[in-house]
Amino acid sequence: MPPIEPVKLSPAPDKPNKAVLELTVNNHPGVMSHICSLFSHRVYNMDGILCMPVKDGQMSKIWIRINGNGQLEQIVKQLQKLEDVHAVRYHNAGHEIFIALEDSFKVI
Amino acid sequence: MYKMNGAQVIIKILERYGIDIIAGIPGGSNLPLYDALSQSTTIRHILARHEQGAGFIAQGIARSSGKPAVCFATSGPGATNILTAIADAKLDSIPIICITGQVPQAMIGTDAFQEVDTYGMSIPITKHNFLVRTAKEILTVIPDAFRIATEGRPGPVLIDIPKDVQLELVEFDNWPEVPRRPILKSYKDKDIQQAATMINAADRPILYLGGGIIHANASGAATRLAEKNALPVTMTLLGLGSMPSDHPLTLGMLGMHAARYTNLAIEECDLLIVAGARFDDRATGKISEFCPAANVIHIDIDPGEIDKLRTAHVKLVGDVGMILDELLPFVKQRKRNEWLTRIKTLRDEHPFLSPGAHDPLMPYGLIRQIADIVDDSAIIATDVGKHQMWVAQAYPFRRPRQLLTSGGLGTMGFGLPAAIGASLAHPQRTVVCFSGDGSILMNIQELATAVEQKVNLKLVILNNTSLGLVRQQQDLFFGKRYFACEYQNHVDFVTIAKGFGMKAFDLSESVTPVAALRQAILAEGPCLIHVPIKRNEEVYPIVPPGASNKEMIGGEKNAAN
Repeated sequence: MPPIEPVKLSPAPDKPNKAVLELTVNNHPGVMSHICSLFSHRVYNMDGILCMPVKDGQMSKIWIRINGNGQLEQIVKQLQKLEDVHAVRYHNAGHEIFIALEDSFKVI
Repeated sequence: MYKMNGAQVIIKILERYGIDIIAGIPGGSNLPLYDALSQSTTIRHILARHEQGAGFIAQGIARSSGKPAVCFATSGPGATNILTAIADAKLDSIPIICITGQVPQAMIGTDAFQEVDTYGMSIPITKHNFLVRTAKEILTVIPDAFRIATEGRPGPVLIDIPKDVQLELVEFDNWPEVPRRPILKSYKDKDIQQAATMINAADRPILYLGGGIIHANASGAATRLAEKNALPVTMTLLGLGSMPSDHPLTLGMLGMHAARYTNLAIEECDLLIVAGARFDDRATGKISEFCPAANVIHIDIDPGEIDKLRTAHVKLVGDVGMILDELLPFVKQRKRNEWLTRIKTLRDEHPFLSPGAHDPLMPYGLIRQIADIVDDSAIIATDVGKHQMWVAQAYPFRRPRQLLTSGGLGTMGFGLPAAIGASLAHPQRTVVCFSGDGSILMNIQELATAVEQKVNLKLVILNNTSLGLVRQQQDLFFGKRYFACEYQNHVDFVTIAKGFGMKAFDLSESVTPVAALRQAILAEGPCLIHVPIKRNEEVYPIVPPGASNKEMIGGEKNAAN
């Protein structure tokens, strides 16, 4: 059971709806489907996602960049309810993980 | 040291979890599972006639007993057929565990015979799901499935098991432990005190109970709190039975088909205490106009429901029965004469009208008559439509788990198989299923199951030769342009039932309908009772979809409907 403590969110004042979430999840072939299905079924807006296995492949780390439209808190709560999600960490929109990738996403 | 195949492990663990009934249908991909089930001496298999029927039989067991129930289906069409019953369980938080066969792993992804992506399709309609890849995993997956289905907010779990995994031999030393249900608590004592302070300070509070009260066995706690502080109580469709309908504090169901005084009283409240409910649109009407001036105390075990649709002033996440009991000592003994007098005035001025209440051939009269014949131990199942709303309005529910109905998903075809499941779980009780001519045709094949299992089930079909609620909405909101809602072929349900080997009769052809009804309901075994109803018998009042609960149509005292 994921923790049911409410997460304290403090979005950047200039980007109140944008955030980067860092998830620690079980690593199995269906886990990405669970995360993406949640976003599509609840009409949450994700504009970037990265996933790599960690800890010898037992777990994965997923980074999601979201445009929350006031739904940030609900997104976090619903993610925490997923059985495969162990932890949800909240970062402000300018987190370096996506900024570092900007070169790889240039359209030539 | 134990050595057996995966299918045998599944059946043995289900036995250890106390499962004694499994509904399902065998097929190519779950034959090993059925072979193992055939050797069980404690599990009774109920052969359904359609996988959706099997899913709803499991729901009937779970809803009426409060315990998790299991259903089986094969791969491909077996799995797609059962998905509706699983989605229904998700929306109403019902703990069922569905085990589907899958094609062997080597063939997954090749468009093999009877292959579909059951795992992928079931993600959004289950609480959690599994695709099992080795027989050894079964030892942890089945206990996990029971834990997930029952802990916190209950819900359905699907386990997809390829045929080769069912056949794989596995060796192990110990059976998995059957864990005890943990108690979840994330509120603080000061939140309890703050809630109590708000209740004590409120002039016009309303206690709003949902299906969570039933799941948490919290109706006693809710009743104690309501009685101590004189809180008027309203219930959602799934919350009916949380408090007796004849309790002086009960206002009945709220929302789209509530009595006028109920919605009007809720509009006037200054504090809403919402317990085990989720502000469903059928209950609240237009949410922005749902008692906008009221403070809200929201109690729910699912943190995702708090602040989802309505921001709460006090948020209490945890077991609703435990929270209500913790609130009790801090809440003052009150009489609330002023507020209860105001509600009585509203009730006198805007009462619930039940035209035809003394005629057993009219909807309200039929429901009242049946309620007079059976006692509170009877289980009442409904399908979906006008008959469902008439039952919700008029049946005198007096205990939790007395009503089995598809609330969130509103699935026509729910009633008959759910009633069969309830009867299998409670063979000593009478089960009455109210259905309509539209709904019954959506799972009518389960009449065969009902007769085969000799369930004590009375199926009452209110036949208005139409999709009644669709017709009513076309009448009110689409300029009376009736389309695709009036059946031209009038099915002879009495003859059909007899073809299934079931007793059946038409109540309107009886010279003494009340006596005929009593005789049929008190006789053992399954029976179909057909009751013709006029197409224009409407459900009133009705709040137009998307409108505020204040904007009720019909059901006005001293007005012709």
